[in-house]
Amino acid sequence: MQTITMTVNGRGVTATVEGRTLLVEYLREHLHLTGTHVGCDTSQCGACTVHVDGLSVKSCTIFVGELDGAEVRTIEDIENADGSLSPLQKAFQDHHGLQCGYCTPGMIMSLSALLRDNPKPTEAQIRHHLEGNICRCTGYANIVKAALAASGQLDRADAG
Amino acid sequence: MYAFDLISPKSLDKALEALAEEEAQVLAGGQTLIPTLKARLAAPATLVSLRAIPELRGVSMQEGRLCIGAMTTHATVADEARSHFPALADLAANIGDPAVRNRGTIGGSLANNDPSACYPSAVLATGATVITTQRSIQADDFFLGMFATDLEEGELIRAVEFPIPIAAHYEKFWQPASRFALTGVFVARFDDAVRVAVTGASEEGVFRWTAAERVLSKQFTAAAVNELGRPDVDMISDLHGSAAYRASLTQVLTARAVARLQE
Repeated sequence: MQTITMTVNGRGVTATVEGRTLLVEYLREHLHLTGTHVGCDTSQCGACTVHVDGLSVKSCTIFVGELDGAEVRTIEDIENADGSLSPLQKAFQDHHGLQCGYCTPGMIMSLSALLRDNPKPTEAQIRHHLEGNICRCTGYANIVKAALAASGQLDRADAG
Repeated sequence: MYAFDLISPKSLDKALEALAEEEAQVLAGGQTLIPTLKARLAAPATLVSLRAIPELRGVSMQEGRLCIGAMTTHATVADEARSHFPALADLAANIGDPAVRNRGTIGGSLANNDPSACYPSAVLATGATVITTQRSIQADDFFLGMFATDLEEGELIRAVEFPIPIAAHYEKFWQPASRFALTGVFVARFDDAVRVAVTGASEEGVFRWTAAERVLSKQFTAAAVNELGRPDVDMISDLHGSAAYRASLTQVLTARAVARLQE
């Protein structure tokens, strides 16, 4: 067992766990942050995407033992301080960027990293960035539309 | 996850010590190894993570060569190698997906030598040098076939040193599900020679297409490539593409890469 200290959504957490514990298991089973989903568990689908030290990563493919001192951010920390939806989340709602919603936390975490680094991505850049996030409802058109809207690049006429 | 110990030594010496133990295995970025562990295709008693060793990370120019630490992620290479060696940065920027690029490392990719990985083609086409904890290995001697390299037990890659070509381009034909190369060709043009390395095609892993190198060294045109016969190599045949298809792709992608460099 190892003692690991990290910051999760701005809060310091210390736990004594096996270093081999996967980050997604730690978030869901130990911290009860169940917004991060396990889709494929083979690093293909991206449903478990979170940020570690500001970088989007697949939490099913990282061991907690490597994260001592790391800063982790999950979907639970994306909403505005007053509990309302963030602009990206609101754009998903407005443009029907989700159907079953299973992939959505990963999509939001992945896109929020993109929009932070590139505030006005082209549609091609958005699609390239989402190659590691699979939506089995195949809702990609509206997901891309939501990303364009969240970056202020969608005319009102195209909305809906 | 089945039971094993994970340790993260902070120095290379400590890592080598830990790796000398029975059934210890090295963990680089983990983007291949962790899924492999989950599939029970590997079962080490101890995994030794190299993540906490600062000297294994970084991109720098040293005496005209681009030196990349083994634990440097694809995302960092895509970013920091761009002004020195744009073709290599482009290759790194198209490995896997953004989350994989934020964890996966150049050293992990080379040590694994997946027959469809992108990096081996750049290392072989530039005649790069693999610096290990024991010696320097020339690219031509490093890759020994599918998932096989010249690395000895307990020998770790520290860095890779790339000579910078006058011009280079990596042309990748995607296997869209895995985002590996179905076939990929790296063409590197130097003052005195042209080198062409092909990944994703051969049963022997990454290889140099020497016939194409010979004609391109004399006449650097796509037409010269198209006049060649297809490479005489034992090609991979699987559900994604037949051997003949991969042989054809090798020729087409080489010609495309050369055409891009003629623009």
